[in-house]
Amino acid sequence: MSLLSTRGLSRSFSGLRAVHEVDFALPEGEIRALIGPNGAGKTTFVSLLCGRIPPSSGQVIFDGQDISALPAHRRIALGMAYTFQITSVFSRLSVYENVALAARRRVAGRAAVDRAVMRALEQAGLHDRPDQAAGDLSYGHQRLLEIAMGLAQAPRLLILDEPTQGLADSEVAAFKALIRELKATTTILLIEHNMSVVMETADRVTVLNFGEILAEGTPQQIHANAEVQAAYLGTG
Amino acid sequence: MDFGPYLLLASLEGAVTAAVLALTAVGLSLVFGVMRVVNVAHGEFFMLGAVLAWWIASHIGGDPALGFIAALILAPLAVGALAALADMTILRRVNYDPERTIVATIGILYILQQVTLMTYGPEARPVEPPFNSRLALPWFEWGETGLQMYFPWGLSTTSYKLFVIAAAAAVLMGVWALMARTRIGLLMRATQLDRDMALAFGIPVERVYAMVFGLGGALAALGAVLIVPIQQAHYLMGGDPLLLSFIVVIIGGLGSLPGTVVAAILIGLSDGIISVFFSPTLAKILATLLVALVLVFRPEGLFGMKTR
Amino acid sequence: MSETTKIVALHGGLLVLLVTLQFLLPAYHHGNLARIMVLASFAIGYNVMFGYTGLLSLGHALFFAAGMYGMGLAVQYAGAGPVVALLAGLAVSVVVALVVGLLALRTAGVGFMIVTLMFAQAGYLTILYFTTWTRGDEGLVLQQAQRTIGSLDLSQPGPRYFAALLLFAICFLVTLWMVRAPFGKVLIAIRENEERARMLGYDVFRYKLAAVVISGTLCGLSGAAYGLLFGYVGATFASVQYSIFPLLWVLLGGAGTVIGPLVGTLFMFYLIDLSSSVTSAYMLVAGVVLVLLTLFAPQGLVGELRARVWRWLP
Repeated sequence: MSLLSTRGLSRSFSGLRAVHEVDFALPEGEIRALIGPNGAGKTTFVSLLCGRIPPSSGQVIFDGQDISALPAHRRIALGMAYTFQITSVFSRLSVYENVALAARRRVAGRAAVDRAVMRALEQAGLHDRPDQAAGDLSYGHQRLLEIAMGLAQAPRLLILDEPTQGLADSEVAAFKALIRELKATTTILLIEHNMSVVMETADRVTVLNFGEILAEGTPQQIHANAEVQAAYLGTG
Repeated sequence: MDFGPYLLLASLEGAVTAAVLALTAVGLSLVFGVMRVVNVAHGEFFMLGAVLAWWIASHIGGDPALGFIAALILAPLAVGALAALADMTILRRVNYDPERTIVATIGILYILQQVTLMTYGPEARPVEPPFNSRLALPWFEWGETGLQMYFPWGLSTTSYKLFVIAAAAAVLMGVWALMARTRIGLLMRATQLDRDMALAFGIPVERVYAMVFGLGGALAALGAVLIVPIQQAHYLMGGDPLLLSFIVVIIGGLGSLPGTVVAAILIGLSDGIISVFFSPTLAKILATLLVALVLVFRPEGLFGMKTR
Repeated sequence: MSETTKIVALHGGLLVLLVTLQFLLPAYHHGNLARIMVLASFAIGYNVMFGYTGLLSLGHALFFAAGMYGMGLAVQYAGAGPVVALLAGLAVSVVVALVVGLLALRTAGVGFMIVTLMFAQAGYLTILYFTTWTRGDEGLVLQQAQRTIGSLDLSQPGPRYFAALLLFAICFLVTLWMVRAPFGKVLIAIRENEERARMLGYDVFRYKLAAVVISGTLCGLSGAAYGLLFGYVGATFASVQYSIFPLLWVLLGGAGTVIGPLVGTLFMFYLIDLSSSVTSAYMLVAGVVLVLLTLFAPQGLVGELRARVWRWLP
């Protein structure tokens, strides 16, 4: 059964159709990559999923429940997590506190929060610097902190918006390993530009172009798809 | 006096208020529109205009018209220069961050007001109007012999008040022409639309900002010079114009010049008429609550267009 | 020393110092410090919203005056004793804060600043409009008999200092506890990045509303206490100036620090006290300080201290 699906989901900004009539389904346990040229509506689409912006029309169904009318924080409470494309950590709080803010929505009690935080920091590879102010971290480490916050929420669906942007090669390799490790417990929707990440981690790929789904398939199928190549080259 | 003539009188007084208010509020609106900052010291630029008008007029002597004309030209120039200076030395240095700018302009407000208190003093002083003949106004009524014209006792205005209305209208036309027809206006509008794009196209945004802030201050000062022969110059007189300008700018739709003028006329007229029927305090309470609720429920203003 | 030990030592030490000053200060400064502690409680309340939640209000005189008039009118017209009157002031400020919060929080940034300014202005004008009961600008003077709890006469310097210290300690410890608790961390998270806090699943509106109510309540409590301790309830305390003062004190002391409001109030009080002996234009000092702070020390005195030396300051 699909963990998440949409029916006729649309959003336009002053007449411009950013997302148009999208029917989308994501089965539980799958890692799905969402790709598409710049301005294809990827970030708008996931923003509609997690309630950051309201849709013009259409429905979002999560775990069999219509969540179209729920505000963002209620959707998160149902087991979604979203990490931002632009790093947005709480810069004047410590790394530990950033992750603890995420963990406290799920677990109560100081000891339990502490365990959850340290586990998430370890998974993201930030366990050696819990007391540093988040604003003092390097860019790459701030991206990892974003991911650690998503992990601490232990979501059923984790939406990652360009998580590897600006990471060093070694960090990207660590990220791929982390995603595979998460596969056992978490469904993942990944907006990604880095094709090696897409090819190596995703079970299936959805291609968005001009706010509509252009193609969907395994990474190999998508790789071979002429239409997709045309869209990326801008001749479609 | 009968109700009809009374209403006409109240509207005339309201029109004078509206004229001065429109000038002051357009200054505030221009600054908000182009620079996206709220200038809390705007009322003090108004006050400085009035105080400088008194100072200039009392130093020139001779025919009151001479002093008044000098004040009309010099006071807005001086205040505009001061405002531009404040922009360059203070606002530019806080990067026009909205919140820090408000705090800084609160500081400027107290500095201008208190320095005026220290130099000009706590007295209220008048400026003599250049001309001030009383004009009796006629009223028409259906009587036994058809339409009659007569001059009700007390229904009158002065030539100076009519001049204020005309002068304000002329200046507003000038501002409109400046914005719509000149190169400087084009630069301002481009900066208003997209600051970064304007920078990329080589528009000297910093100079445009200083000019807009100066122009805003000068318009407030001009309004004050016009009103000071009717009211008096006092170091605390900036409070009411600031509050009223806020009300006008918000109701007219933040940053929209035509909306601001319409709202100024509406508020000015209704201020004159409402205070005939209600206590002025109650009128102010209602007006401030109206502004708050407009911002809460219709932030684009009553006349503004929805942007989305 | 662990961080917690340092924090307890510093803040506990400050309270102990204030207790001992009760016996050491000459009469003039003793009286001043009592007033400063009440005003600093007002600033602490302001800091909950501005410093920790990132909500810049220009209308906190409304909450201060709500508490003050709730108390004063209860004493004057209902014959309430000081304790009951204090509770009345508290209740009024809670209700006012709740209403203002529910409406004003629909806006953000500059809109929020103007809406709070307008509500406070409407409150001030309302006090003037009902001059028959409030005595307008002239204000209400509370008699000694109306300010006595049992055998404790709040118009006497000793009990007054003690009561002011008690109020200050309550506000001070409430914020210290709050900003170290998870609730306070959520407020800070909202200040740092509201959208991110929402996407972690926090109902941002409710947290902000809670901050407004806590802030308004502390400010209302301070206003009620001010009227009771100094025997005067006047419209000046509802005017724009008293909305600017807490902003000034908090900015000067350091927004988002627990001891900042006291430091800022103390400095500003004596600055104005000194300059008003020289000129009647003493608010000039406030203006100059505001401009200099925004230009050169946006973090305030304690904020700069935290940035440079004591990074652990809450």
